[in-house]
Amino acid sequence: MPPVIDEAKCIKCTKCAQICCVDVYGPAEPGEVPTVRFPEECWHCRACVMDCPAGAIDLRYPLPYMLLYEDSKTN
Amino acid sequence: MIEIDKTILDCDVLVVGGGIAGLMAAIAAADQGIKVIVAEKCDTRRSGSGCTGNDHFMCYIPEVHGSVDDFYQTIKMSQAGRIFDKTLVMKFINRSFEVVQDWEKWGIEMRPTGKWEFLGHAFPGRMRIHLKYNGENQKAVLTQEALKRGVKIENKTAITDYLVEGGKIVGAIGLDISKMQPKMKLFRAKSVISTTGNTSRLYPSITGAWMFNTADCPSSAANGRAAAYRAGAALTNLELPTLFAGPKYFVRSGKATWIGLLKDSKGTALSPFINKPNKELGDVTADIWPGVFTDKYKDGTGPVYMDCSEIDKADMDYMMWAFKCEGVTSLVDAMQKQNIDLHKHMVEFAKYEPTMFGAGIEIDENGSTSVSGLYAAGDEVGNFRTGGIPGAAVYGRIAGESAAAYTKNIEFSSNIAQHPLVQKRQEFFNELLERKTGATWKELNTAVQQIMSDYASVTFVRSETLLSAGYKYLCDLEQYAYQTVKCENSHELMRALESFDLLLFGKLLCLAARERKETRGMHRRSDYTFTNPLLDGMLLTVKQGKDGEAELNWRATY
Repeated sequence: MPPVIDEAKCIKCTKCAQICCVDVYGPAEPGEVPTVRFPEECWHCRACVMDCPAGAIDLRYPLPYMLLYEDSKTN
Repeated sequence: MIEIDKTILDCDVLVVGGGIAGLMAAIAAADQGIKVIVAEKCDTRRSGSGCTGNDHFMCYIPEVHGSVDDFYQTIKMSQAGRIFDKTLVMKFINRSFEVVQDWEKWGIEMRPTGKWEFLGHAFPGRMRIHLKYNGENQKAVLTQEALKRGVKIENKTAITDYLVEGGKIVGAIGLDISKMQPKMKLFRAKSVISTTGNTSRLYPSITGAWMFNTADCPSSAANGRAAAYRAGAALTNLELPTLFAGPKYFVRSGKATWIGLLKDSKGTALSPFINKPNKELGDVTADIWPGVFTDKYKDGTGPVYMDCSEIDKADMDYMMWAFKCEGVTSLVDAMQKQNIDLHKHMVEFAKYEPTMFGAGIEIDENGSTSVSGLYAAGDEVGNFRTGGIPGAAVYGRIAGESAAAYTKNIEFSSNIAQHPLVQKRQEFFNELLERKTGATWKELNTAVQQIMSDYASVTFVRSETLLSAGYKYLCDLEQYAYQTVKCENSHELMRALESFDLLLFGKLLCLAARERKETRGMHRRSDYTFTNPLLDGMLLTVKQGKDGEAELNWRATY
């Protein structure tokens, strides 16, 4: 579900949960890996990925968000 | 019983919402040496529609643009179908460069290429008014500037109501969502500046059940507009919506700085303006022809794609860098994950859900609303809009200065805790929290969206009978929801209150749209299919009358 935390890399600082602009994580306790409590509310702003000091977060985009594309006709 | 925090937080100015407008208001007010608190439901370092960046800032530099009147005319032309007060726009224009210079001084790259460069969002042969900048760090920088000036930031605090006593603002009610168990927080303030952003989640998202797939931050959900209306402030322009377009089903990125041509499925370019796109112009087709996507579906040549394969390498590199500046790295990330290569692939575009930019609280040129001590700025203002971020930044500053000056001769109210609204809201929050069975906030939000979509439509039609039915259904829904919505924790309570605020805004929108008996821009009436010249430059305002009913009034712009 949207933010995916690699628990092996997470340093449990909870910055992701602090800064999320839609409260996807809900309350988090320092010293614990944050829980993604409300995954369907992710805006995919990617702030948590960018601000994570440990590079422990990746975003998974839900299937309904799949981009639609075709080969360009000019090449 | 939901607990009320015993500590009442005192301040001269309470800023509600810590986005671009809110932080700029807080900084300006704190510069006057007064006590300022920012209440933000998330965290000011990354909250709101400007959370991860922006890359264009409408800004007037006399040496670059020459005549201020020409600059104004260019803005006016870009606001097709919208009505606003010229006085406010002129004040914005004249103070925009001062804000840009301060942002640069504080550490935001306003000249990432080393010079004042105006790029994109322009028609061939017309003045370019959008300064190219790199806003990746804008929220962190503005937060730091606010803290430096002694501003107190209360994160994880959603303001639900503004408190009025004797016609004047005296404080606000907040909801602490930092723990699963919610707590009410009371603020005693001489002045409140409302800066809560847009009305995301009012209409259904292009991805249906995934309602947080919106062009603006989904946490910006009409709270300031609803609280201001309940406090007695006037709202305006509610009946005139805007539609944005961008990569289909991936709304977060919005239109962004795409440099390419819109093409139909056979590869035929659709732009009446340009043959070869570049960073100076881009393709503005979707801006002036929002129906292009459905028109092409209907005429048998759809879908419509954005084709960037013909642009120069330098412009391709510029575009990818611009995506980063404006904070849409998720778009770049998603394209990589799907192996989309813009050198050879074209991405389907579509229009998104309606947004209510420039549809909200009525202010005067000082940012003051019709309630003493209540100010507003940013996306939630109704009679002024000049691009989201610059309008928010400049009018945030103006509102902050005005509110600070106002507080100089105002005394604190003595008894916030005994304000009748505090007890009333506490009882209501309790009902929602203590109900054992019932509807979720998401059911309420979805129900609001489907009524708005069918009865106050932006993509189909509106009419007297549809809007009257829609208003009635929303009133019914409100009563039903009062009896049935249940919340299990602070987060759900915040979302439920947002949904009730969206419902209130939707009701007022129905009344305003019914009153504007003409077709104008995206406000399309099937019973009045013409644009009425007598309504040119006429703003429609709605405010709570003495009996609690909504009162509609027309006024000429100034």
